[in-house]
Amino acid sequence: MTTDKVLMKGNEAFAEAAIRGGARLYFGYPITPQSEVPEYMSRELPKHGGCFVQAESELGAINMAYGAGAAGGTVFISSSSPGIALMQEGMSFLCSAEVPLLAMNVSRGGPGIGGIQPGQADYFQVTRGGGNGDYRIPVFAPSSIQEAVDLLYEGTELAQYWRNPIMVLADGMIGQMMEPVLLPDFKPVPTPHEIAGLRDWACTGYDDRGGDQNRRVVKSLRMQPEKLEEHVEKLFRKYAQAEKELVRYETENLKGAEVVFVAFGTTARICREACEILAEEGIKAGLIRPISLWPFPNKAFDEIDFGTTKAVISAELSMGQMMTDVQIALNGRLPVYLAHRTGGMVPTSPEVAARAKAVLEGLK
Amino acid sequence: MKRMIVIAGHYGSGKTELAVSLALEMAKSPRREYERLAVVDLDVANPYFRSRERMDLLEANGVKLYADVYHSTGATAELPALTAALRAPLEDEGCQTIIDLGGNDAGARVLRQFGKYFEGNDHELWAVVNFRRYETRDIDSSREHVEAIQQELQIPVTGLVNNTHLLRETTAEIIREGHEKAEVLSKEMSIPLLFTCYPAGIIAPEAIADIAPLRPLGLYMRPAYLDK
Repeated sequence: MTTDKVLMKGNEAFAEAAIRGGARLYFGYPITPQSEVPEYMSRELPKHGGCFVQAESELGAINMAYGAGAAGGTVFISSSSPGIALMQEGMSFLCSAEVPLLAMNVSRGGPGIGGIQPGQADYFQVTRGGGNGDYRIPVFAPSSIQEAVDLLYEGTELAQYWRNPIMVLADGMIGQMMEPVLLPDFKPVPTPHEIAGLRDWACTGYDDRGGDQNRRVVKSLRMQPEKLEEHVEKLFRKYAQAEKELVRYETENLKGAEVVFVAFGTTARICREACEILAEEGIKAGLIRPISLWPFPNKAFDEIDFGTTKAVISAELSMGQMMTDVQIALNGRLPVYLAHRTGGMVPTSPEVAARAKAVLEGLK
Repeated sequence: MKRMIVIAGHYGSGKTELAVSLALEMAKSPRREYERLAVVDLDVANPYFRSRERMDLLEANGVKLYADVYHSTGATAELPALTAALRAPLEDEGCQTIIDLGGNDAGARVLRQFGKYFEGNDHELWAVVNFRRYETRDIDSSREHVEAIQQELQIPVTGLVNNTHLLRETTAEIIREGHEKAEVLSKEMSIPLLFTCYPAGIIAPEAIADIAPLRPLGLYMRPAYLDK
């Protein structure tokens, strides 16, 4: 770990965290507000013996990542909302073929090409997936640069452990803002020979396998429906386990709260300030901050003080995409309202506080 | 101080905070040399935290803000093809002009198209350094950044500004360590160290009274919720 905190822009810190986490292969295509990630990678990755490729498009990048991951590489990719949309087909292939990948989405306003200011309207895209077939991708949403660094650093291993893409979703504000961070130590990078042993499924070539002549096949095509069904059922046993092990969240001030905000990323920080504003006016407000968006932290909602809480407000930089998951988690126990801005607009904390007051007023 | 002050530096070194603070300070100064005051936002490298976001604050204080925005829409294109309107304050000899560049040599590059305004002796080029930024954390890496900017602009840097800080986690010791490194850098590059900045409201100037000259910087660009 760096002994002193350093000041880093989100995007620079994401790139550095991936390198320190062991990623040595990066494929990407520039898109605002994450272009500092490929810029940083193009400059820094070769210094660590890694390889940076600017692909011809995001489709090219995700398929390079598929190939490099299948060959046992530790791969990191990043993009922003419309670029991630272009990668969805590849994500489905990677999940089916069980190829590890660490992916970062620094999201902006949409739909379409949208704008370049921060957005969270990729919630459906990252938690439901835009690719075909039955698959799941664990998604983590940091609300600070340090948290993003820690998740990405861990993410290289999570991707290998689960043999699946792992997504870190940071809205454009987290990518563009500056914050003091402590950087973790560089993880040791396995040699090709070690990779052939550690990743015993990877198509490393025979040379690195010390006489092991068994064929290794990485594929997503299964023409026999029985075989495909069997494969999908196997994937979903893995996802069921991930749903148990990867749930992460934080709660604040739930005890005695009249109203509870649910928010991730930048919006969680705004809600924290809104809670302070409400407290000054004698209204107790709490916060549930999902860190894992899939698996969604349903159990966090059991911690709500149902004796005092009258309403739950999903605060989002979207038209309420997370709200569906909040409603499922609450299962009718409390009414759910939305506080939102969209299109790259970010609400102020007084706006969010005013929304909470209006909701409580309306319930009287 | 010369009529045109060009502020360059690494991404996030504090160029825009300095430009906004300096402009507001000049606007309030009773000893103004020039009739008019302008900030030119030339940041086409970074789409967030730009001085144009504080247009209302600047203009309320009598500072005209020039930025590459489409007339009346406020929309911006991240292109180095800039509107000719940006030249107005550069050509106006009665206008004290602060030019806020984008980060690094890449962000500074856009100034090249205005090269003819900087052939004379009517300007200063300041390089802001923050020794707590990861990529400029020591003297060598900071010098490389300053040299790259100089090389890109083909204009000598006339002064260094020490803005070593860690936002709200800044301590007097952090500023002092940065100041010591900035003095070494200044000697090595034979470029004067103009002043050391400190975040107003976080560090009391008495805590770093051993450093001179000092200049307070506001956190005008940073929304309060980012510190929650």
